Amino acid sequence: MQRERLYRAEAIVLRRMNLGEADRLLTLYTPEWGKIRVLAKGVRKPTSRKAGHLELLTHSRLLIAKGRSLDIVTQAETITPFLPLRKDLTRTSYAYYVAELMDRFLEEGEESPALFRLLLETLGYLSEARDPRLVVRYFELHLLGQMGYRPELYRCLGCGREIEGEAVFSPPQGGVLCPSCGGKRGGSPLSADLLHYLRLLQRGEYATCVTLQPSPEAHSGLERSMRHYISYILERRLRSLDFIDTLRREEQRPLAEEKGV
Amino acid sequence: MRVLAKPVARLVEELSRLPGIGPKTASRLTFYLLRAPKEQAQALSQAIGELQEKIVTCEICYNITEASPCPICRNEERDRSLLCVVEEPLDVIAIERTGYKGLYHVLGGVISPMEGIGPENLKIAQLLRRLESEPVKEVILATNPSLEGESTAMYIRRLLSSSPVKVTRIAHGLPVGGDLEYADQVTLTRALEGRREM
Repeated sequence: MQRERLYRAEAIVLRRMNLGEADRLLTLYTPEWGKIRVLAKGVRKPTSRKAGHLELLTHSRLLIAKGRSLDIVTQAETITPFLPLRKDLTRTSYAYYVAELMDRFLEEGEESPALFRLLLETLGYLSEARDPRLVVRYFELHLLGQMGYRPELYRCLGCGREIEGEAVFSPPQGGVLCPSCGGKRGGSPLSADLLHYLRLLQRGEYATCVTLQPSPEAHSGLERSMRHYISYILERRLRSLDFIDTLRREEQRPLAEEKGV
Repeated sequence: MRVLAKPVARLVEELSRLPGIGPKTASRLTFYLLRAPKEQAQALSQAIGELQEKIVTCEICYNITEASPCPICRNEERDRSLLCVVEEPLDVIAIERTGYKGLYHVLGGVISPMEGIGPENLKIAQLLRRLESEPVKEVILATNPSLEGESTAMYIRRLLSSSPVKVTRIAHGLPVGGDLEYADQVTLTRALEGRREM
């Protein structure tokens, strides 16, 4: 679809880069145009009328003018500010991860209203949910699904048998193997419990999934599997994971010290 | 086939590496300097040369300076119980204009996980060490009111939660000359939260 000279877009700001004296280059995700890069002029000045509406991970309504090389934001108005994301460091760290995943998985100009909805819901749940980890797991599985990397979680990718109980998770195969095929082809073991959670997250409703209460072991198992799978697909480690891990280490440290470890 | 003489091409190339300068601006600047009085070109080249040679980072506050410790850290008249934490040296200049009389600590950036900049890449450990050895009573977190600046402030706040030092954050609100109707919800919410009796 051809964009008009002046077009409207609903957008979520995924990434920002300072440019020139007071400008910023923004990476936006929009339902109609997918991922686009636009120029926001003068937004680093304190009196800018647009600045606050173009903060990272803000959901805004924009008016954009077509430019020669880059389109330029002319008006901006916040729809959802996701305030809790900005007040809680742990939530912020997961939100950065969500933004980085979007940025890495998507090419410019691939539009997908469904993906926009997923992102919007994710930021909403990240602001409210008791445990942001499940929100991120749901987001990962559904982003993967929409991008064509939906992991197979029901039938063994080796012999086609339906899997009940334990399995082996193999990122190169794109899903699960039964223990006997897994023995031959390799992969990391996946307990029946973890497989159950992964299936729920892949098929369930967002609202129900975020209320699940996995054990701490299950949480870290789910995280390990998803990180493994995603870094296999992207062929890189995501940078924002370091910050999540740093925060977690520091949260645990005082406890360990109290226990005299 | 070389159209431009070598020294000209070289300067164009060097200038176009600077932020905000494209090939067109670079050639325009180069041709301006070509025709400019010799003294002007020499003064510029000298200034650039001295920049790297004579500038060092202050060993205490990590601001840029000619001699370490910097004049602010050395100044006996400054209030040593106040420590203002900022992102960049330019922020020190901005805060100095307000007449602030305390000391500074320059982080050298902000936590921005997507760019791979974590707490370990900033002068945060150095800040904690300063607080142990200096008589600071209040740390003022003056990072930018952006998501990154906010996260950095929250992160430092968290590290100092068990410290006896008072930790404050600069206020959020509307800029002078700003317009209420154009303000975003986050700024307005925080402006309301931080309202004062008058």
